[in-house]
Amino acid sequence: MAQAVEVQTGAAGHGHDDAHDAHGGHGHSGTGIENRKLMMWLFLASDCMFFGSLIATYMIYRNRAVEIGVGPFPHELIDIPFTSVSAAVLLMSSLTMVLSLGSLQKGNIRNSRIWLAATAILGTTFLGGQFFEFTEFHHEGLTLQGNIFGSTFFTLTGFHGVHVGLGVLWLVSLLFVSLRGGLKQENAMTLEIAGLYWHFVDIVWIVIFTLVYLLPYASAEGEGGEHASRVHDLAHAVMRFF
Amino acid sequence: MASVAQPGLSAPTVSGAHTGTKKRSGLLDWITTVDHKKIGIMYGVTAIFFLMVGGLEALLIRTQLITSGNGLINEKTYNELFTMHGTTMIFLAVMPLTVAFWNYIMPLQIGARDVAMPRLNAFSYWLFVMAGLTLNISWFVGHAPNQGWYAYAPLTDLAWNPTRAVDFWIVGLTISGISSMLGAFNFIVTILNMRAPGMTLMRMPVFTWTTLITSILLIMAFPAITVAIIFLMFDRWLGTNFYAVAAGGDPLLWQHLFWIFGHPEVYIMILPVFGIVSEIVPTFSRKPLFGYSIMVYATCAIAFLGFGVWAHHMFTTGMGPTANAVFGATTMTIAIPTGVKIFNWLGTIALGQVRFTTPMMFTIGMISMFTIGGISGVMHATVPIDSHHNDSYFLIAHFHYVLFGGSMFGLIAGLYYWFPKITGRMMDEKLGKINFWMTFVGFNATFFPMHFLGLEGMPRRYYTYGEGAGWNFWNAIVTFGAYILGAAMLLLLFNVGQSLKSGKRVGANPWDAPTLEWATTSPPPEYNFAEQPIVASRDPLWAEKYGHGDDIPAHIESPEIVLGPNAGDDVHLPNPSFWPLVGASGMFMMGLGFLFENITIFWLGPLAISALSIVGLITLMWGIFGWAFEPTGVEGLH
Repeated sequence: MAQAVEVQTGAAGHGHDDAHDAHGGHGHSGTGIENRKLMMWLFLASDCMFFGSLIATYMIYRNRAVEIGVGPFPHELIDIPFTSVSAAVLLMSSLTMVLSLGSLQKGNIRNSRIWLAATAILGTTFLGGQFFEFTEFHHEGLTLQGNIFGSTFFTLTGFHGVHVGLGVLWLVSLLFVSLRGGLKQENAMTLEIAGLYWHFVDIVWIVIFTLVYLLPYASAEGEGGEHASRVHDLAHAVMRFF
Repeated sequence: MASVAQPGLSAPTVSGAHTGTKKRSGLLDWITTVDHKKIGIMYGVTAIFFLMVGGLEALLIRTQLITSGNGLINEKTYNELFTMHGTTMIFLAVMPLTVAFWNYIMPLQIGARDVAMPRLNAFSYWLFVMAGLTLNISWFVGHAPNQGWYAYAPLTDLAWNPTRAVDFWIVGLTISGISSMLGAFNFIVTILNMRAPGMTLMRMPVFTWTTLITSILLIMAFPAITVAIIFLMFDRWLGTNFYAVAAGGDPLLWQHLFWIFGHPEVYIMILPVFGIVSEIVPTFSRKPLFGYSIMVYATCAIAFLGFGVWAHHMFTTGMGPTANAVFGATTMTIAIPTGVKIFNWLGTIALGQVRFTTPMMFTIGMISMFTIGGISGVMHATVPIDSHHNDSYFLIAHFHYVLFGGSMFGLIAGLYYWFPKITGRMMDEKLGKINFWMTFVGFNATFFPMHFLGLEGMPRRYYTYGEGAGWNFWNAIVTFGAYILGAAMLLLLFNVGQSLKSGKRVGANPWDAPTLEWATTSPPPEYNFAEQPIVASRDPLWAEKYGHGDDIPAHIESPEIVLGPNAGDDVHLPNPSFWPLVGASGMFMMGLGFLFENITIFWLGPLAISALSIVGLITLMWGIFGWAFEPTGVEGLH
């Protein structure tokens, strides 16, 4: 093979070639972020728009059921203590996810598996809580068809649940890969990417929990003539923001 | 200043491409391919097929309108025709044609071996095919979508539209959206991570820039329509109330969500064409693009502003003067970066040594016709004028000047320009010039009189009109123009076929163009570049050939590039894969299952889950898992 004709001047020298490259050593210019990880960030950006549209719709419609007068209404159904617990469970799963990745990066495969399993279990617990909540609400008359609160509530929280469900499926698949020896310190990136997704889904839940659960609770309290709680202030700050 | 590392410039022997890889034969090779060039060709061929389908639909529409009170097509079929014409042209013709060029040309332009995730790329293609099939199967069950490509809310209500027509549209567009988004993720990662050494962002060809920016638009805009379609799907299949007025829902929610997607979509269709034009203009003006940096910034500005103008599609919905004024103003600001682009092209052509080849003629056609469409666009940013033109043929004239006069002219220019690179043969120039003039005349005869018809009050979407309206003359001209345009498209196909067989064979760089795709053979070997090119300037091939002087002489053939028999042996190629096709068929079956729920497994409310959907879901999961655990042949590829 002939030699490459390569005339470089000073200007060419500062390209970000080399170093971070993982594709056969050709020395591409790039961001230094691994392809799959960059792709996950892009997907999350896109998913922000997805949840953004769902949440915006929920917020636009959130008083419509009351205006039309077709119940059940949010403040009659929402059980803050119960959902707080399941929210805490989901947030804890982010902690265990970090611990799992940290262990893998340090080469402690056993701990990584344990924390990975814990993450999947916590995620499943959250889903169980959501299933219980949906069943409860359904018993109290809230349906997809019955009123607009039902339509928006089940659609928004349901799509979040689907995200958690796919995440659990992913974590379990990774656990199997790990048990067969496929997850090692060198390819911790595989786990890190799943982690990115998992944390994102948790963050979305924080937004949903605030807007869907805390907000009507705070509003109802305000109507009762009680002095405003901290939650109330927070809720109003969020409302002003939107 | 510097240059490109060429594959074996001094090697004596002629092309021995495709060495070292085990070849599958024929059909199997195509359906399992993960090569961006083959996928690009498949995108192009499929999109041209759908272009012909959409064109046929347009000709039927025009034949119906050739005279007043025509009874050729009834109102039901007419509604189906204009809906499917719009949907087909946007999602199955123009967008995939741009994706065809992204696939084939962009990785070559940045000196990459392939896109970042070759199998995902194949998956995007197969999903696009499945979306096209789903949408068009509706013709054969007798209920093609009939609500317009914009699918405004009350028109899609189950009460007014009880057949499966809208559901075909829902499923088809969902699949098409997933396809587009996956493709866009792939292109962004490819451009950001896989550029040749030395190719900094501000040395990327403008076509690559527009690919990047358009892909970002795609991933940010498509979620909005996905959500809108999910609401529509739930309203129709599950009985939810998102667009149901009686329950407190709001049909305008659809319009907002749809246009938050729909306006960026307009730029998704035109920005890649701006990129193509920005490649062709410098090549045939024999000088580097005037105002490269400004061109890049203008592209970014258009994309950014494009998200802040959606409600100008809704001036007549009663949003109130404040919203109307704000959206009118933001819309007008978009004319600034767009105007900048047009002046940059003119600045490149001015003082250049212009060669009037077919691609250049289509490009000049694009610049001038797009400008007409752009000007009528700015007119509509003025609310009172928009209220007057709303839903009239003036609007049809406007968006065909930007979509056909802009996008299609540019895409045809791109086809003539890159055809020698893709096939190793020139398109026939003589036929090409006839092709251009027929297209140009046919296009203007078709769409210019629509301005008059619109101003005279002819509404869009009506399947007929009365004799007393006085619209007969211009409608006859328009229809006649449409036939010329149709013939021009057939001539284009003929030229492609003829040139494939007997076009003049060419070397690596027949146009003496400056960008990297012309540094490898025509057609490029499967591995693209035997050795990694290294880039040190914006116009690497010119810099190498003509030094860095300001004067670039015209009419000098670029040196032939020859490859040794063992060239590319050390380039690792990813294995072909069935999984993308398996996954895409799974999604197709799943979608069809929702449309034909004959064998119902269980019911979720009124939503029937059919056996076909279950089989489809299982196939999809099988495809994804098979894919995840399949060895790629190259580390780091997916």
